Parts: sequence; structure tokens; C-alpha cells
Amino acid sequence: MRVALFVTCVNDTLSPRTGQAVVRLLERLGVEVEFPQAQSCCGQPQFNTGYRHETEPLVRRFDAAFADYEYVVTPSGSCAAMVRDNYPRIGAKAAAEGRGQALAEAAGRAVPKTYELTEFLVDVLGVTDVGAWFPYAVTYHPTCHGLRLLGLGERPRRLLERVKGLELRELPGAQECCGFGGTFAVKNAAVSAAMGADKAHAIESTGAGAVCAVDSSCLLHIGGTLARRGSSVRPVHIAEILAATEEEPYA
Amino acid sequence: MSSGRERVLARVRRALADVPRDERPQDVRVERGYLRVHGDRTTARTVDLLAENLADYRALVHRVDAAELPQLLKRLLAAHGSRSVLVPPGLPPGWLAAADPVLALVPDREADTAYALDAVDSVVTGCAVAIAETGTIVLDGGPDQGRRRITLVPDHHLCVVRVPDQVVGSVPQALERLAPGRPQTWISGPSATSDIELNRVEGVHGPRTLEVILVDGRTEGQG
Amino acid sequence: MSGTSGTYLGMPAFPAAARDAVRNETLRGNLRHATHTIRDKRAKAVAELDDWARLRAAGRDVKERTLRHLDHYLVQLEESVTAAGGTVHWAADAGEANRIVTGLVKRTGRSEVVKVKSMATQEIGLNEALEAEGIRAYETDLAELIVQLGDDRPSHILVPAIHRNRGEIRDIFRAEMGSWGRAAPAGLSDDPAELAEAARVHLREKFLRAEVGISGANFMVAETGTLVVVESEGNGRMCLTLPETLISVVGIEKVVPTWRDLEVFLQTLPRSSTAERMNPYTSMWTGTTDSDGPRAFHLVLLDNGRTDTLADEVGRQALRCIRCSACLNVCPVYERAGGHAYGSVYPGPIGAILSPQLRGIASEVDASLPYASSLCGACYDVCPVAIDIPEVLVHLRERVVEGGEVTRNGERVTIKPAKGHRGERAVMRAARWALDHPGALRAGQRLASRTRRIHPKRLPGPGRAWSDTRALPEVPAESFRHWWQRTRGGAR
Repeated sequence: MRVALFVTCVNDTLSPRTGQAVVRLLERLGVEVEFPQAQSCCGQPQFNTGYRHETEPLVRRFDAAFADYEYVVTPSGSCAAMVRDNYPRIGAKAAAEGRGQALAEAAGRAVPKTYELTEFLVDVLGVTDVGAWFPYAVTYHPTCHGLRLLGLGERPRRLLERVKGLELRELPGAQECCGFGGTFAVKNAAVSAAMGADKAHAIESTGAGAVCAVDSSCLLHIGGTLARRGSSVRPVHIAEILAATEEEPYA
Repeated sequence: MSSGRERVLARVRRALADVPRDERPQDVRVERGYLRVHGDRTTARTVDLLAENLADYRALVHRVDAAELPQLLKRLLAAHGSRSVLVPPGLPPGWLAAADPVLALVPDREADTAYALDAVDSVVTGCAVAIAETGTIVLDGGPDQGRRRITLVPDHHLCVVRVPDQVVGSVPQALERLAPGRPQTWISGPSATSDIELNRVEGVHGPRTLEVILVDGRTEGQG
Repeated sequence: MSGTSGTYLGMPAFPAAARDAVRNETLRGNLRHATHTIRDKRAKAVAELDDWARLRAAGRDVKERTLRHLDHYLVQLEESVTAAGGTVHWAADAGEANRIVTGLVKRTGRSEVVKVKSMATQEIGLNEALEAEGIRAYETDLAELIVQLGDDRPSHILVPAIHRNRGEIRDIFRAEMGSWGRAAPAGLSDDPAELAEAARVHLREKFLRAEVGISGANFMVAETGTLVVVESEGNGRMCLTLPETLISVVGIEKVVPTWRDLEVFLQTLPRSSTAERMNPYTSMWTGTTDSDGPRAFHLVLLDNGRTDTLADEVGRQALRCIRCSACLNVCPVYERAGGHAYGSVYPGPIGAILSPQLRGIASEVDASLPYASSLCGACYDVCPVAIDIPEVLVHLRERVVEGGEVTRNGERVTIKPAKGHRGERAVMRAARWALDHPGALRAGQRLASRTRRIHPKRLPGPGRAWSDTRALPEVPAESFRHWWQRTRGGAR
């Protein structure tokens, strides 16, 4: 099977390890991974801040970059939700504004092929044991868009439970937002920081050595908050855990 | 006044410019796939559920045969220390037969002021319908229930429900039985508030004691 | 905090007000305790009904049907209420509504009214309008009483004094009850049952002598002319049945088509708001009834920005709201910022989409409200009429930054973008350009990687908003894109 990796702009620029982990993981599972160079950002920061028109070229770009692929896999619940929930809205609004159906059609092509990583593993590949080894205590934070927009449900947990050596610690108040929220983190910095501090406190209370999630952007906020508090808990993307094996351990 | 009317209606119509002119209200689909009643219960079980849910919200629940009702009412009024009781015009005369000599029976009269009602200790009524799933009794101003205020101002309300005839399972079933034109009071437990730290506390302005008596109506004919 | 409910003008924008609230430890403690308590209870109450999702869908559908044919249902309602002995008035805005109500009260010759908690009358500042005409309005809901006695502003739709804990409430009762009527009993403790008893005694004399009652309504049934008030304490029943004259001020969106439609909302509202199977008291009345309750009934139908909201095809869904406040109780932003930061009688997620539509986005606080959310979506999940609050928030953000055509006071107007977004717009444009030119993006990433050793740990200026509380991410030695090219070379 051949898939395109949509690495996302955050992972590309700030967390390349996440993208590398996805490549390693999928290749280990026999999937042929390609990285179309024309890809950039899904447009979520612009769209969610109110700049819908600035998002439109990025919808077209996404459609064109992944035109040759049946599956687009992305290690981000939030970016997958952007494509699935908001691309059709952007297309519909453009049509309503009398600018034709092209964007709606682009959205229509993008939506059914885009999968968040854990969805792809569980629903398409049909695996929960990916042969990973991660001998640490880990707590899992279900990020909001993965949880509520994509409805990832138990998929990430089922994958984590099959990781050898991994001890999953229950996170109190797991379903509460970490406070990142894109530009919310700076527009409402005080509230965002207060939410982050509560999340960091909950994470620390589990005694886990690492907190994992399906979104690097939330992890940047959580990790940054933990680091500023002097905490030793590490933020780790779920892809990095699933990619780690006894032969090639997490570094 | 009418200019306000025309202005608001004109604004509504302008705001709905996107709604096709030939669309009728019933063309907007309402998916009523929800349940008429939750769960499949026997009549006896429905009555039990009513009793459980009433008690859960701090109503005092009693169950008797029709023949025992007058004695029970007498006992409950005495236990509450009541010396006077409000009586709706159509309350079956037998209900308070036992209590009558001891208590002052105060008829529900239009001329009485709220102050006069405030001086009465208790009120005894029937009801229009009771809802098991929510632990609710509904009054609709019927002859055995009286004016709305008589079940509001006195601090002690005794409400008689004839079971199983007056008991329905659910809110949808209750609405089917009720006549919209009548003034209604739905009561689920004594007056309460959640306004202090979102914790429920019983007893604010309405009757602080609600006693619901489930009377088995089937024995009435024999008794 | 001296402002009363009518004085929201001049409120600071949400972020500034929220920043102050976040620093208030007592407030945060009170809100956290209250919202978490009700959150868990609501989840349990909802879980009891295995058809919850279908009830929610039906509630949404009924409201959609109503809104799409609102003119039809309002006219039908007017006919039904009139036929049942009531009088219907129409008010296009707050001023009109206040004039109508004040006039009706004056005609009774009375100088005081008792009030049931009502969002609509708070929204229009009715108490202040009555006060200006020498009429005293007594709030009778316990939380409203706490707010009124404390010269405070409401901070929650259902529990306006949610920001007060029991100790604060006791202090307010002790200090203020005497100047409004019967004083608090000596030695009043902070036990909630004792506080409720103090309110009962204080308000009793007002109820018994009341000649005019003022209420809102949760629902109005077009088909029958029936109004519905859902409450807990019995103060509603007092105001609705003891006075000679009843005046109900109700937003036009509160109409539902049929009697049967109540079967949906009477199941979803109590469980969503107080997390009960059913609230203690629900009153339903249809016009007037001979020798039972008020002899005169006036219904004031209120627009005040609702038709402007209706004109927006995306924003319209905010008018489905049944004011349950479940969205407030689950909102992580509300929990930390408190209700006052929203600068409106409608706080929380629903307020963030309702206030900027009812009032427009001309003020600083209204323009900031659509951003008062991390878009976590918890509000949409719990909404019993499925208002997609995040969708409307983003829609309103677009209006803030781009301006455009909107309806204000019934007229189509084109508004300019709100102030303070120029810099952001330039950044967004530049970002879009870079993201749409991967060559430029690559160059930028390379530059960032090369200079990473000299990146500061904390940012100056606006960047401090991030770096004050969060470490900056370290820029990696190479981006994913460069790693792929280096290791996979010619592959795509």
C-alpha cells in the first residue's frame, strides 16, 4: 500500500522527529510512504483566526499536492479535523459567494482520503499491535479535535495498550482542553496559561515520565508549560512511541 | 404598539430571505426518533418507579388502599402539627372525614388574600397525572386541586395520586393526557434551590414538605 | 465592582478582564468547585436516557423549523394568547420594551413589582428603567437576590451568583437585607439551608403583598398560547400566580410550534441545566384563567437584535438556545475567566456567540468575544439543541477581522474590520504567501535552523504572551522536509 504523508507545518518545522517516526512506523508495517514536496499547511491557524480567504489557496494546494494518492496520513488530529470539518465549509461558502464550485470540489476530494495516524492504523491497516517497545510510564492526553471532532475514541489507547513495556497511567480530567487553541494561546494568554498549568499539574500527578498525544501543537504548549515549571515529564507524540522498538529504541 | 408589531415582523421576514417562498413549516423535517417511554415496565413497576423518583427528590411517599386514606391523612396532618387545612372544592368528601373533627377545614375561596392562605398549615389535593420517570405530579386546577396558589402558600402539601390510573411512564405520555388551556403546575419534590455553589438544598418558597400518597384506586369500589 | 446589570458599556476586552479574573484565587476556586460539581451530575442525568442523541436532534429540528418560519409562529402565538385573554405587545428594542413595561406597571398604580429570574429583562436593563420611573423591582430568585443585594452583576445564566461562595453570600445577606426589607436573622451562618431560609423569610412579605409580577418564559407554544416557566424555588410560582397583573417579557425566539414539542424540551432542559430528571416546579399558563391567578396578562415580545441574528445563516443557530447553561459549566475558559469577563448578561460559550450578534461588534469587548475560546468543542458536545458553537465562533471571527455585510437594527450594512487586527492580518497574509510558496518556506526553515543557537529563551513584545509561561520550542537542526530530501533524495 502506498500513502502520502501530510506531515503538517508544525511537525515539519518544529518537530521533524514526529514525521520521521511516522515514516519508520508505516514502513515497518509494510506501507510505502511518500512525501509530496508541494504540501505545506492545512490552513487551520488562518481559518480559526477568521482569515477564511487566506485559507483558500491552502485548500487548493492540499488538493493538488495529494491528487495522486488514495490515502493521506497525518500525525495530527487537529489538522485532519481541519480538512474533514472545515474544508467543506470553506468550499460551500466560496460557492455561496458566487465563486464557483472548484473549492467545494477540492474539499470533496480531500475529505475522504485524509486520515489521522491512529485512525489509519486501526481502521485501514486493522492493527493495534504495531510491535512497539517503550519501557516507560506514560499518560495519554486526548486532544480536543481528535477527541471531539474526529471521534478517535479508544483508538490511541488501544494502540498504546499493546506497546510492550509501556505502563499507561490514567490522566485526571483527561478530556479537558490543555489551553493551546492555536492563536488563543497568545490572544488569551492568561486563560491559556491557567489551563496549561492545570493540565501540567494533572500530568505530573500521574507520576508518568512522559505525556503523549496525537497533536504536536498541543504538546508544544504542554511541554513548554512543563519545562517552564521545571518538570521532568517529557512530551512525546504517539507516533514516536509507536515507532520505537527494542532494536531501534526511542532516543 | 402595532407599529412595533409590523416592524418586528418585517424584520423577521427580511432576515429569512434565504428561506424559499414556497417552503411551509411542516416542510422542515423534525426527526422524532426518540422514545415515547424509557424502558418496558409493568404497571406495578411504573408505580414503583414513581415512588422511587419522588422519594429521590425528597418527597415523602406513602402507599395505601383507598379505605385507609382518611386515617392516613389524619395521621399525617397530626404528625405535621397542622391545625388547619385548605380544601379544594371538589376534593372527595370522604378523604378528610377522619381529620375533620380535629382540624379546621378551610375552603379554597377566591376572596381570600394571600395573607389568609399563609395562615393555613396544610393543603390536601388530588392531581391530574403523575410521571414515573421524573417523579413528577401535575396539577391542572381540576376540582380536587383548586387554585394554583393553595398548593403554593401553605408550607405542607399532601397530594393524593390514584394509582395506577393517574400514573404515566414518561413526559411525552403526560403531555398527551393534559389539556393545554388549563393552568398547570408540575411538581417534582419540594421547593429547592441550587443557587449556592450549585448544590441542591430543599425548602425555599414553595411548600417545604411535600407528601405524596399513592392510593390504590382498584380497591376503591370494593372498600 | 459597583456596576449593576445595565452597565456593561465600557467593559474591557475579554483578555484583559479574564487576566484579572484568573489572578483572583477565590473566584477561581468558587467556579472550579461549582462547575465541576454540576458537570459530573449532568453527565449522569443525561446518561439515564438512552435516546439522548435523538432528543437532542429533535430539539434542534423543532427550533430550526420555528426559526425558519418565525413570522408564521409569532402571528399564531399572538392569536392564541389574545384568544385566551392575554394582551400581546411587540418591542423592536430594549427602549421600546422598557417603555411598554413601565407604562403597564404605572397603569396599575403600583410602585413595586416582584420579578422571576429572566434573562430578557436583564438584557434590556428593565430594573434600571423601572427605577428611573420610581418603581422598585424585587428580584426573587435566590441567586438574583444575592446579585441585587450585593450590587453585583450576574455571572452565569442559571446561577447568576455562581462566583459567590456560601461565606460571601452570608456576608451579603447580613449586610444588605435590612435595607431592602426584612433583615437577616441574627447569627445567620453560612449553611446553605439557613441561607435559603433567610431568603424565604425576607421575600415572603414581598410575595404576599405583590400586585404586579414580571417574568420571562422558557417556552411559548404558538398553537395554544401557553407560556412555560421552569424553576426550582417556587419564587416563580409566587410571581406568576399571586399578583393581579402579570407581565412577561420574552425573546421572540422562545416560541415553539406545538404543545407536543414541549415533550422534547421538558426532558432535555432540566437534565442539561440543573442535572435533574425534572426541576421542582414548572408553571404553564394560557392567557388568563377565571378566578385563578392574575386577572391581567401582558406578553411583551422582544426583538432587540434577535432578527439581526436571524439574518445570519450561520449565526442564526444561536437562537436555538434554551438557556440551560450546560455550555458554561463545561467550558474551560469560562471556568477560569468567570462570567463577568464576557461583559454581558450572556456569559460563557453561548454568550460569546450571542452577545456579538445581538449587540454587534462595534465595542471592544464584543469584538473580543469570538476569540474567548480555545475551540475545544466541549460546549457543542453538551448543547441540548446542538448549536455548533465553535463553528459560529469562527464565523464571527471572520466578521471581526474582515468586516462585511451584516444586519443591524433591521438594516443591511457593511461594517469595517474591527480595530487592532492590522498587524495580525499582515502576518496572516505573509504566512499564507510563504505557505503557498514551499521554496520560501524551505528557506525560512533553513535560516531558523542555522540561527537556532542564538534564539532567545524568552520573546520580547507580543511574543511574551507565549514565553512568559511556556518554554519556547527549540528549533531542530533540520526540518522534516530537509531530512526527507537528504535521506530520500530523489523520491517525491
